[in-house]
Amino acid sequence: MLSQDRSPARHRRRELLAGVSGVVFGLLAGEAHARTIKGALPWSPGAAAPPAEAQPGPWQYFTPEEARIAEALVDRLIPPDDKVPGGKDAGCAMFIDRQLAGPFGQASGRYMQPPFAAGTPQQGDQSPFTPAQFYRHALAALDRVSREKFAGKGFAELPASEQDMLIGGMESGTVNLGTVHSKAFFELLLQNTKEGFFADPVYGGNRDMVGWKMIGFPGARYDYSAWIDRHNQRYPLPPVAIMGRPAWNSASD
Amino acid sequence: MARKLPATDVVVIGLGWTGAMLSHELLQEGLRVVAIERGPWRDTASSFPPGYAPDELRYAIRNGLLVQPAQTAMTFRNRPGQTALPIRSWSSFLPGNGAGGAGVHWNGQTWRFLPTDFVARTHLTQRYGANFLPSDMTIQDWGVTYDELEPHYDRFEYLCGTSGTAGNLQGKIQAGGNPFEGPRSRPYPTPAQRQPYAAAMFADAAKQLGYQPFPQPSGNLSQAYTNPLGVTLGACTYCGFCERFGCGNYSKASPQTTLLPVLVREQNFEARTLCEVTRINLDGSGTRATGVTYVDTSGNEWEQPAELVLLCAFQLFNVQLLLLSGIGKPYDVNSGEGVIGRNFSYQTTSIVEGFYDDRIFNPFIASGANGMIIDNYNGDNFDHGPHGFVGGGYIGMIQTNGRPIETTPVPPGTKRWGAEWKKAVADNYLSSIAFFCSGSNYSYRDNYLDLDPTYKDHLGRPLMRMTFDFHPNEVKMSAFLTDRAAEIMQKTNPRQMVKHPRTAPYSIVPYQTTHTCGGAIMGTDPKTSALNRYLQSWDVPNLFVMGASAFPQNAGYNPTDTVAAIAYWSAKAIREQYLKYPGPLVQA
Repeated sequence: MLSQDRSPARHRRRELLAGVSGVVFGLLAGEAHARTIKGALPWSPGAAAPPAEAQPGPWQYFTPEEARIAEALVDRLIPPDDKVPGGKDAGCAMFIDRQLAGPFGQASGRYMQPPFAAGTPQQGDQSPFTPAQFYRHALAALDRVSREKFAGKGFAELPASEQDMLIGGMESGTVNLGTVHSKAFFELLLQNTKEGFFADPVYGGNRDMVGWKMIGFPGARYDYSAWIDRHNQRYPLPPVAIMGRPAWNSASD
Repeated sequence: MARKLPATDVVVIGLGWTGAMLSHELLQEGLRVVAIERGPWRDTASSFPPGYAPDELRYAIRNGLLVQPAQTAMTFRNRPGQTALPIRSWSSFLPGNGAGGAGVHWNGQTWRFLPTDFVARTHLTQRYGANFLPSDMTIQDWGVTYDELEPHYDRFEYLCGTSGTAGNLQGKIQAGGNPFEGPRSRPYPTPAQRQPYAAAMFADAAKQLGYQPFPQPSGNLSQAYTNPLGVTLGACTYCGFCERFGCGNYSKASPQTTLLPVLVREQNFEARTLCEVTRINLDGSGTRATGVTYVDTSGNEWEQPAELVLLCAFQLFNVQLLLLSGIGKPYDVNSGEGVIGRNFSYQTTSIVEGFYDDRIFNPFIASGANGMIIDNYNGDNFDHGPHGFVGGGYIGMIQTNGRPIETTPVPPGTKRWGAEWKKAVADNYLSSIAFFCSGSNYSYRDNYLDLDPTYKDHLGRPLMRMTFDFHPNEVKMSAFLTDRAAEIMQKTNPRQMVKHPRTAPYSIVPYQTTHTCGGAIMGTDPKTSALNRYLQSWDVPNLFVMGASAFPQNAGYNPTDTVAAIAYWSAKAIREQYLKYPGPLVQA
């Protein structure tokens, strides 16, 4: 039977209009406005929304100090070895910097309304911090912890074994980072570092596709129809990224 | 004050699969149709061309094609009595947005339900006795049968060009297909996809154990195909960027590749995108819909009057809009009365990981719906008596992708970072796989949807609240299926095997599946269903509600083919009965 109560949608007009800021959620410039489609498929020449390429250059979010700590962290999470570069040379810190300077860092698209309560593990992350705020708080706190524990040395100055100790402490929650939970920061950092190692190089990490080469992932290729039947055979071609690969631009190709 | 627009015949809320299908159906009756879509217009060439579609970070990790929680979210708790908190970013399930809806970024897995699934309560009670079912299980018969839906399943599969091998043609079991499926009137429109190494390996092992493996029915086509409307799809190239992505090859069945090119050229059709419907309006009696109110991106409010309203949004948003519009009695978990939000269900999935030596699986050579499957343990295909649970699912090796941010399998006990992790990832990436179980999720008294008392959306309206957990029946069923999958994997001689059965409590954190169902269910009794067997609202006869929201419970299969079948079934009733005699099609 129909409910006799007032429909919850009969809110005041003021509340409705106050809530519509005109900011459209996570959409790109070309698709930001309501439109009517009638009579023909919409088409305009060159309409596209490719990813914005991360430009090399100065840090866009990190302070120089934060960047030193971030580079040290990603190089312990994914250490260099004689075969494959580590997180630092792969560009993971640059990737994270560019991400924090953009919509991801601002938690664009995330539901950020209060009240914030801790919740059960099943209810997921309830943090009021944006990723950018998370890193700003956590890196400063980590550096303070380092100086307290290791005779005034900042995190970036420590030998690898002591850096690993502090990272392990964040992972287990035994390192206290003040306003941010160390476990939550560790998970965010680890996730972003892996993203930086394996995402398309257009975003500033996975330089020279080193992450993809390490595992044998061919990248942004789109046609394996000649390979689906070749069972148990190694795929021989090098990886390709959205912006191509170096051989495309060399004179010899 | 909402500005009133000129009236139209039909307003369709949402332009995903059912919105596109129903719009097209009613245009054939000469009606004027306005479809209102919350998200943007999308088309293959500008929204997901091969040049930049294969971008894991953008689409699979940052959810580039999904609705943003900042625009619409929900709250979640496992049990009544807990405080629900917002799902602040999507993870367990990934609701879509935009023209094409989830039909753009689904995997293409195209399954019919079993004949017995539609009469679940009657059938299970007859076979096992009423006491075999948990007392708080609220499964129901659908009010429609497989035989009634068969022509509509067929119609959707031919719209899409679904690739598969028939297992039951008009009652005759066919070698190579699913021997358990309900009878189909004719073969699939295109042959099954080719299979990767891991699927072939699964099939060999399954045959050795006496099962009948068959290829998964796929919405990623094995060959080029022109559908009955004259729209052409291409052949899938096994690119491995399927679920969460749009297809740049025109080879995944979607509204874009099957319907929209025809729909948009119809002179009586109009789509309005980036317009969010905020309410279905009712007249003074509360028994007739007068149209909808929606908001555009400038904050302007509009009223679109219509004679017929079709609610074709995603399952979750269908239920939310009914609650916010005051249509139908909201479900009350304490009294057990009410229908809107009742019988919310999900899917019970699990995997078995396998680590191998000396095998190259090339996980990146993949499509969303390839795979070899066995159906021996789905539905009531086996005797449940000795096992103490009801329901079941399919088991298979489905290779959907090897995208690296999401795919770094390492043996249990491996450190999560550092040199050890790095080496384990490099060593195992090409030689690890996972078998998959897709299990049923039956309905319970305390799994439901209602409005949250605290949290609001960007328009100040209450968020919907989800109260859900896996019950002991589903946990038992999942353990059983996972064990059967492990037995098959054991036959393939992995170096190491790890079982991951589904357990309680349900967490919204790791991704599982987007097969949320129920909340506006179809049935034969207005006290326990929101819709009659034609998906017509019992309360508001000029409102029909499509989608998996109509499922009284979820079976052991992906929902889309059944969502489409009941939509075509409903459309037939609207065209042949309702339009001639508007009013209730079923006496309450």
